[in-house]
Amino acid sequence: MVASCFLRKCLTALAGLLLLSFGSLAASQIEDQTEQFFRSGHTNNWAVLVCTSRFWFNYRHVANTLSVYRSVKRLGIPDSHIVLMLADDMACNPRNPKPATVFSHKNMELNVYGDDVEVDYRSYEVTVENFLRVLTGRIPPSTPRSKRLLSDDRSNILIYMTGHGGNGFLKFQDSEEITNIELADAFEQMWQKRRYNELLFIIDTCQGASMYERFYSPNIMALASSQVGEDSLSHQPDPAIGVHLMDRYTFYVLEFLEEINPASQTNMNDLFQVCPKSLCVSTPGHRTDLFQRDPKNVLITDFFGSVRKVEITTETIRLQPDLGNMESRFLTDLQQKGKIQPPQDIRKSGWMRN
Amino acid sequence: MRVAGARLRQVWGGQPSPLPAPQVGTSVPLEVVRGKRAALFFAAVAIVLGLPLWWKTTETYRAPLPYSEISGLNALQLRLMVPVTVVFTRESVPSDAQEKLPFTVVHEREIPLKYKMKIKCRFQKAYRRALDHEEEALSLGSMQEAETMLAEPQEQAEGSLTVYVIPEHSSLLPQDMMSYIGPERTAVVRGIMHREAFNIVGRRVIQVAQAMSLTEDVLAAALADHLPEDKWSSDKRRPLKSSLGYEITFSLLNPDPKSHDVHWDIEGAVRRYVQPFLSALSAAGNFSVDSQILYYAVLGVNPRFDPASSSYYLAAHSLPHVINPVESRLGSSAASLYPVLNFLLYVPELAHSPLYIQDKDGAPVATNAFHSPRWGGIMVYNVDPKAYNASKLPVRVEVDMEQVMEVFLAQLRLLFGIAQPQLPVKCLFSGPKSEGLTTWELDRLLWARSVENLATATTTLTSLAQLLGKISNIVIKDDVASEVYRAVAAVQKAAEELASGHLASAFTASQEAVTSSERAFFDPSLLHLLYFPDDQKFAIYIPLFLPMAVPILLSLVKIFLETRKSWKKPEKID
Repeated sequence: MVASCFLRKCLTALAGLLLLSFGSLAASQIEDQTEQFFRSGHTNNWAVLVCTSRFWFNYRHVANTLSVYRSVKRLGIPDSHIVLMLADDMACNPRNPKPATVFSHKNMELNVYGDDVEVDYRSYEVTVENFLRVLTGRIPPSTPRSKRLLSDDRSNILIYMTGHGGNGFLKFQDSEEITNIELADAFEQMWQKRRYNELLFIIDTCQGASMYERFYSPNIMALASSQVGEDSLSHQPDPAIGVHLMDRYTFYVLEFLEEINPASQTNMNDLFQVCPKSLCVSTPGHRTDLFQRDPKNVLITDFFGSVRKVEITTETIRLQPDLGNMESRFLTDLQQKGKIQPPQDIRKSGWMRN
Repeated sequence: MRVAGARLRQVWGGQPSPLPAPQVGTSVPLEVVRGKRAALFFAAVAIVLGLPLWWKTTETYRAPLPYSEISGLNALQLRLMVPVTVVFTRESVPSDAQEKLPFTVVHEREIPLKYKMKIKCRFQKAYRRALDHEEEALSLGSMQEAETMLAEPQEQAEGSLTVYVIPEHSSLLPQDMMSYIGPERTAVVRGIMHREAFNIVGRRVIQVAQAMSLTEDVLAAALADHLPEDKWSSDKRRPLKSSLGYEITFSLLNPDPKSHDVHWDIEGAVRRYVQPFLSALSAAGNFSVDSQILYYAVLGVNPRFDPASSSYYLAAHSLPHVINPVESRLGSSAASLYPVLNFLLYVPELAHSPLYIQDKDGAPVATNAFHSPRWGGIMVYNVDPKAYNASKLPVRVEVDMEQVMEVFLAQLRLLFGIAQPQLPVKCLFSGPKSEGLTTWELDRLLWARSVENLATATTTLTSLAQLLGKISNIVIKDDVASEVYRAVAAVQKAAEELASGHLASAFTASQEAVTSSERAFFDPSLLHLLYFPDDQKFAIYIPLFLPMAVPILLSLVKIFLETRKSWKKPEKID
């Protein structure tokens, strides 16, 4: 009896100890989280989502881009910070059996078009020239604010491109191409003008890995859906609509993103594991040699969401100084801070030149 | 002619007259000679005239740029001069020392930053004796009266300081204080009766002057983007980047209009509190202020209930998620391209009142506000519970604008990077004037901004020069070139003005440098002509030039071979 009582007490004590340590760990983790927020060094997020195809049979590319747009909006990036370039000829296409919708899943589960989508460059405005102008900022002065990428040196930018591509190029709207060298040069121009802090480049096309081969600017991380010589395949056709609804790589990336919420701590290494060859048929690739931080320290929400850095305001200023009471004003808490700046050793710093 | 005639007669019949034996090298048939000459002329025209013409007409127009001057900018030596006037009153230093006045002392120090431009900080102290009215002012009873008397006659230039040296045992300052820093560009330091009076007083003056103008931190914060990052500091990432203008938006968020009928006298508050502050800051840029009220706008986070104080709270780690859902409704800045600062005042719903913000340790924050770098600030305003007593809903709430503006202006100062100064030991600081900003704090901001602008302009120009050098088929139009020239001239002028201590004109010149360099860099015409791989260049030119070039080349080869043969033949015979 006594032994079992003693045992029970021991167990409860142990449980209590474990809980305590757990609690303190959680508290310190929260503290770590807030400190970690400052580690990535960015203060705002932007996204440039480009769908480079048009025509009805390229429905899946538009659905890809719109699904990424939805996820990015859900995780916090506002429309004013998203530049969406779509041919936008799916929803009102005469061949669409369900007008004003673009579905991303079989059985029409999810309408990604919705009624609050904001397309910035639509139809024939999606050209290589406009894309490069958006990236480098060389935009004619009459362009409205929503069509500009107003990033600064503390912005993390997500660039997602999808469409038809080949070895070293990406086809824009069946009439022109952008080569990987031009893209690399555009990123270098962005870096020269410090238009980004870190850049995540995701491409879902055939032979997508060729597009990031030529990058040479720092702080760029790139993911592609297939290697050179491989084709990226589409996911599933829908018999009612009659076309393929999404590409495999983007489909699995979106499944992964569905589990991310603004507070999650998932890092980039998990994103690299998405869509293995067994599911995707092509081999996704990634490139991190230009990126300064270790991918396991990079949160998904660093690029896909918009988590702001905040600080508590601890000071106020006195607005109407009472002129009779200047004495009390003198002893503000600044005196504490007027600590001790020891005068430099004059001989060492070579000040005095009398 | 004779040969042609003989041939013709041969063709048309008639007696064949004996043709002279063709001597090698002299009597080649005329058509052949003509043919050779024609081929040679074609080749000559094509090479001498055609090739240069083609080269010139397919060249991209590139206006000349001052590349050497731009690379010279990187090695620029920035000298920041702070002119300090040190005024000695009668009893402050020994009389034999006073005999030596007036003279000038210079302290120059290099700021140890890992930046390609060398920056030297130079305090030029002009020592002089006090004038009569200054003596009178400094012998008054209180500091405040002294300042009023001293302030009248002269208006000090931006960037300069005046330090008054009072007798060691003067009662103007409290007994244990050695120095005093005022809200205008004046300071007071105690003198000393000592042999080395000037050295000791000089040191104190430097300490005070540094606190009021330039220290290493100020410059490090200004150049934060250009220095290699070795540690993350929130101070360095908080300030807004230098820009020509700013937009400030005040928003009142009322999620529960059924319970609270909130009124705020924003126009009066802006006129009374914000406008003076902004006009004190007006040297740093153009400001525009607007305000709005948003109904049914909720914060993105649900507050938790704290039974101990029977109030609701927002924990520190949930604060980052508050801003995003609200931001889409703020509708800020569709019109201008200036950076926007948003200040939100949130009146919590009746169900969640009172609402407090907790810091990391769980204690409620006194100001009940938080801010986000480069974005703005949010303050939670709790309705006084007494207001619910008598009346039925909705209750009329009059917002106390002074309390609100105290917090907002403090946040505005932080967001602008106007940090609290590092005061020297035993120094009295009077605090800012009624506008909330001392003039020398503005000077510090202007110093930091000038240096930042110069660094940005230099980087922009250098990268533009590199870019244009590397990608050789970008067209450089004349107006781009003129902007570049203007930017280079403005950078040089700003550096000169900084070295001579004229802060206001240096700041304007640095702003002009940044504007011109940005305009040149972001000119829409600088879009690099789409990349032509070499094999595509061949594919374009070969169908044009090959049909023309092949006959010419072949005939040139034939001419050359025949000439060589004719040179060889004489050797054989001889």
